[in-house]
Amino acid sequence: MAEPGRFAEGVRAYRLIAGMWIRSTMAYRASFVMTTFGNFAATALDFVAILLMFSRVDALGGWSLPEVAFLYGLSGMAFGLADLAIGSMDRLGSRVRDGTLDTLLVRPVPVLAQVAADRFGLRRLGRVVQGALVLGYALASLDIDWTPARVLLMPWMVVSGCGIFCAVFVAGAAFQFVAQDASEVQNAFTYGGTTLLQYPPTVFAQDLVRGVTFVLPLAFVNWLPASYVLGRPLPLELPGWVAFAGPAVAVACCALAGAAWRTGLRAYRSTGS
Amino acid sequence: MGAGRLYGAVAAGGFRRYATYRVATAAGVFTNTVFGLILVYTYLALWDEKPHLGGYDQAQAVTYVWLGQALLSTLALGGGGVETELMERIRTGDIAIDLYRPADLQLWWLSADLGRALFQLVGRGVVPFVFGALLFPTALPQDPLTWAAFLVAVVLAMVVGFGVRFLVALSAFWLMDGTGAQQMSWIVGFFCSGMIVPLNVFPGELGDFVRMLPWSALLQAPADVLLGEAGAWSTYAFQAGWAVVLLTAGRLVQVAATRRVVVQGG
Repeated sequence: MAEPGRFAEGVRAYRLIAGMWIRSTMAYRASFVMTTFGNFAATALDFVAILLMFSRVDALGGWSLPEVAFLYGLSGMAFGLADLAIGSMDRLGSRVRDGTLDTLLVRPVPVLAQVAADRFGLRRLGRVVQGALVLGYALASLDIDWTPARVLLMPWMVVSGCGIFCAVFVAGAAFQFVAQDASEVQNAFTYGGTTLLQYPPTVFAQDLVRGVTFVLPLAFVNWLPASYVLGRPLPLELPGWVAFAGPAVAVACCALAGAAWRTGLRAYRSTGS
Repeated sequence: MGAGRLYGAVAAGGFRRYATYRVATAAGVFTNTVFGLILVYTYLALWDEKPHLGGYDQAQAVTYVWLGQALLSTLALGGGGVETELMERIRTGDIAIDLYRPADLQLWWLSADLGRALFQLVGRGVVPFVFGALLFPTALPQDPLTWAAFLVAVVLAMVVGFGVRFLVALSAFWLMDGTGAQQMSWIVGFFCSGMIVPLNVFPGELGDFVRMLPWSALLQAPADVLLGEAGAWSTYAFQAGWAVVLLTAGRLVQVAATRRVVVQGG
């Protein structure tokens, strides 16, 4: 995807394939409505669990319920958008196993775009909507001292958070070239990552927070920028400007994940069956 | 072949089948450990805020987290049990072959699922649990009898879990595509089994209500036996009661469903 021509080609192919899946989904409207609601309900229960916790305590790690909801909504939206866009990537291992990846290789379209758009599931909007609702609740009940920088940071962090999670999905898929049966490892970082970010950083051990800041930079999805917006000190006593580093981190992550993907694809040997 | 040996062989096949995928098992162990780590810190914060929440002390809460991760795939709460395959066979019509076999459909799949569950317990459950017990303060019983009582409760939980999932799978006879029903059962099961938050932390009447449901026989019941919070015999009675109810219901639905099967071109 080095040249712009190839990138545009990939985006166009992605749009076409995703559009095809949407039309196919809409052939079974009742099923679509039910699975979208299912996605919504599944993630909503996550939040109900947090509400249950707060029915017994007033704060968790020093953070109030609206503040945790703020983290939750941002994490849910960023992850939900990434999951909507390229959540099918975790099926790569099974495609390698049953040999259907070969079909994608002979088509004159970037493989990444094909795998990403494969079985595009519009039902995943359920998770995004749920995250947005919780974020709405948080914004309504928090009294944030809005400055232009803080307002700017809101869309800024959702977009870069989505980019960071997309990079995790692509890197996870690249790993499946090596270990086809290990698709579950990816869940630890995708679903595990969004669960982690739903809770305040003060809850976790400092080493864990360091790990998700400097090694796998999930902290840039919401912990760092959200702390800034809420007027709280940043985790690990990082300076305030770090809160704005999200997009740069997302671009770097995507570049690394892209390199991993290309390495994996080059090393791919068909099962031959 | 005696019936016992037949179903024993099916269970052994279920065990061996899952034991084949070593990399997938290792991946699962890793993921369960990561989720355990995330949950354990939130529980530590919760119990820091309110010691003795739900009657557990902090060490018991930590034990509960790792127990949940150890039993997650065994009880197939988030999917991964035999029901997915059974549903697929109902949808494609392969179920006709199963019905043609000189074996009982429900017992066949129960045996296969028990074999699977046993492997998941050994292959996927032990490592995250030991990891958690080594790194965090846990409340593990010294008495080997308590451990034995706990294992019996786990086996009963496996049967109750199958009872629920078998019913969900049979819904495919009417719905054809049971994905929606399965998804709903995961959501309800995850929540009502206490996988996210222990049931004794649920407030007031909601807590009393979820404790009566079959899902509380899955994780909460064995956990309370291990943690010494509940007597073994009353727990067994509760679990066995639900097992009987669910398996009987499964049997009745199976009879009704097989009457509907029409083998095309036979």
